[in-house]
Amino acid sequence: MTIHLRVWRQSGPDSPGFLEDHTVTEANEHMSFLELLDVLNEQLIRDGREPVEFDSDCREGICGSCGLMVAGIAHGPQKRTAVCQLHMRSFNSGDTITVEPFRARAFPIVRDLVVDRSAFDRIIAAGGFVSVTTGGAPDANAVLISKADADRAMDYAACIGCGACVAACPNGSASLFTAAKIAHLDFLPQGQVESAHRALAMVDRMTDEGFGNCSNHAECEAVCPKGISIAGIARMRRLYLMGPLTAKAQ
Amino acid sequence: MSLFAALNSPVGRKALTGVTGIGLVLFVIAHMAGNLSYLFGSDAYNLYAHKLMSLGALFYGIEVLLAICFLLHAYLGIVITIRNRRARPQGYKKYRSAGRPSRLTASSRTMIMTGVIILIFLVLHLKSFKFGTYYTVEINGVEMRDLYRLMEEKFQDPLYAFGYPMVMILLGLHLRHGVWSAFQSLTLTSRKLSAALYPLGLILGIGVAIGFIVVPLYIYF
Repeated sequence: MTIHLRVWRQSGPDSPGFLEDHTVTEANEHMSFLELLDVLNEQLIRDGREPVEFDSDCREGICGSCGLMVAGIAHGPQKRTAVCQLHMRSFNSGDTITVEPFRARAFPIVRDLVVDRSAFDRIIAAGGFVSVTTGGAPDANAVLISKADADRAMDYAACIGCGACVAACPNGSASLFTAAKIAHLDFLPQGQVESAHRALAMVDRMTDEGFGNCSNHAECEAVCPKGISIAGIARMRRLYLMGPLTAKAQ
Repeated sequence: MSLFAALNSPVGRKALTGVTGIGLVLFVIAHMAGNLSYLFGSDAYNLYAHKLMSLGALFYGIEVLLAICFLLHAYLGIVITIRNRRARPQGYKKYRSAGRPSRLTASSRTMIMTGVIILIFLVLHLKSFKFGTYYTVEINGVEMRDLYRLMEEKFQDPLYAFGYPMVMILLGLHLRHGVWSAFQSLTLTSRKLSAALYPLGLILGIGVAIGFIVVPLYIYF
């Protein structure tokens, strides 16, 4: 297949960027989108030009390193996949595909399609953990957790922190990410001890990092490779608003 | 952290937008029902308006509460939007919605625009009707304001007869996203209830728009 690409090029954080046109003639439907970019880069290197920078690591949809706006959608048009699992069979030969970096004030562009998502790390550092020494492995049934709660905690724990929610949100809000990182601990007894403090600290950090506010568009849920529900955002808001009342008790 | 700080945070502001929004929706429904009494003739409409205004302190109390709701709702909407615009200084060259379960619609993306138009409309609307010409009429020996006549007069003007319905369509569009969004901002975590409430916004939006449009068009034609 032949694919025409319009790729965002930007040589550094402060330089102006632009869309550059390329054509890859050696594409096939079994390739992932990242492999298509690999082929493009080999082509560019052969021609003595600078390859396109992009992030990737596991390439099996579980690490959260990759993330691009493909044809106007975070991670591309295929649902519930990261861009590494988006295959070229989702496109037709002759298509023109625009590729842009995830854009948000809190995600400054490093180069080309690479953005700095360390704001997410700082949100986690603000409270996305359980601060107790765990010791040895406890007995399997020493702390009883209902199946329903364990499942819900797992649903939120599926967040890979890729940043697609921020990229797709018209407001550049990190609410889905922060909500997932709060909820996956909050459904479990080990996490509930610090629940109110955690919600206050992480939400305030998210605000300070310059992310926008949630307008309930739910676009984040639609692009999330793990299909995390915005019900988590409502939950985060409840913990946050109840925080001043419950935090003192803890 | 104090309760004030929590309410003044982005999460708190959204919750307040939701509370004031629900208050305003209840007002809009009541107002629409009141307007529809126009269709039952001049006596029915004027008596209804007179009864409302005779409530005294309660009536003024509700008016003050409504004014607070309107001003707070508008203020919060504007500050939230400014912050959200700042969160993405450089927009995408190409952007589209990924589709379901996204609720990104023309309605959700234009809340600030429909909201600002409704705010401007509200000022003109109060000037034309609440603070408009004070005609009087006597019904059953009681002298009262003849709002029926004022309405009949105003909606003869094509600017009113067609401008008003257009703003009401925008109001419907605002409610389509706003109703459901208010509950989400007020921390509705039940997915089932949330899914059930989403169509309510659409039904209310269409219902309110039609309810408000009927009377001006009835007068004009």
